[in-house]
Amino acid sequence: MTGDTQLPLWEVFLQPPKGGAHEHAGSVHAATAEQALQNARDVYARRGETVSIWVVPSDAITASAPDDAGPFFDPGNDKPYRHPQFYKAPRGVRVF
Amino acid sequence: MAEHSVQPTAASEDPAQNAEFEARIARGETIEPKDWMPARYRRQLIRMMSQHAHSEVVGMLPEGNWITRAPNLRRKMALLAKVQDEAGHGLYIYCGTETLGVDRQELIDQLLAGTAKYSSIFNYPTLTWADIGCIGWFVDGAAIVNQTMLAHASYGPYARAMVRICKEENFHKRQGYEIMATLAAGTPEQRAMAQDAVNRWWWPSLMMFGPHDTDSPNSDELLRWGVKKKSNDELRQRFVNLTVGQAKAIDLTLPDPALEYDEASGNWRFGPIDWDEFWRVVKGDGPCNRERLAARRQAHADGEWVRVAAAAHAARQQRPADAA
Repeated sequence: MTGDTQLPLWEVFLQPPKGGAHEHAGSVHAATAEQALQNARDVYARRGETVSIWVVPSDAITASAPDDAGPFFDPGNDKPYRHPQFYKAPRGVRVF
Repeated sequence: MAEHSVQPTAASEDPAQNAEFEARIARGETIEPKDWMPARYRRQLIRMMSQHAHSEVVGMLPEGNWITRAPNLRRKMALLAKVQDEAGHGLYIYCGTETLGVDRQELIDQLLAGTAKYSSIFNYPTLTWADIGCIGWFVDGAAIVNQTMLAHASYGPYARAMVRICKEENFHKRQGYEIMATLAAGTPEQRAMAQDAVNRWWWPSLMMFGPHDTDSPNSDELLRWGVKKKSNDELRQRFVNLTVGQAKAIDLTLPDPALEYDEASGNWRFGPIDWDEFWRVVKGDGPCNRERLAARRQAHADGEWVRVAAAAHAARQQRPADAA
């Protein structure tokens, strides 16, 4: 076995304190999931700003393609009635 | 993530795609790994980001040299934490570079083979404890000026790595400045040691921003593509302006008799930089180039058993039935 393998790639997601969602931080190389967690802690969480870490094998992620972004997100772009500004309220009334 | 499954761009590029790319840059949009980009943008980013990552990694060596000799436990803990941060910063940027479709192993091979560049500042020796203070103050100070700009770079993964780094780097500068302020207020010998470090580190720190704009072949392109937002000379001037007052406050003298405040521009004018020295160090003939590479190669070789053991452990975990 060669000692020059870079080991598999894992994507790292960190959850900040106070109820934030896990957010992508970067990636690490590691042989196992457990080692990936330890590496992620050492690389991305040295200052107590994290309460939880997810690591995911990079090749397990399926992502939308930028070339298809137009048609793919289109169903969400032409429905102004999904926004509160679409609806009228009498002048001077605080609705929200 | 899927960030990493990037196809290299074909050699022949569609002018329409190029125009759309330039338009996106002009609109201030962020370029992401799977977006189309000119092959040269990709190449320039790989070059620049990998050099930056190598600099963080090699930058651990001059400071690591003083961990066992820090003057007290507080200083030792701070220096250990700082050197760990530099390792982390190197890894953030390697990870960003990989999103451009290059293997990390390839980048590390280039560093170890001596074919990759890294910041010339780390080829100077750390002779005294004051050098550690000076590195934090000048070298990290200069890095903050540069990285604050790069946090707005057009390539998303690079910009995001810079945001993360900038948050951590201010501690580096402050701990360095504190060391210098303490020495400067100490015994005559300590003051002399602090001043000597300033004398040796000032000019190499100014060189960190790279050649003058007129001699910097990559600058125009990087500015046009929004990778850089300010030129080498603009950043250097900003660093000088920030540092003059800090030196005065602790009564240390920057070794430049030509240093003079210019009312009209609000800038501190400074004397000529010795570019012969800069190019000598960049091309491999600095005081410590060979020592730094030898130390990196040794560290890589010493770590081989860890990589082998980790891979063996993973292989064994995958077939627990035969393990017993």
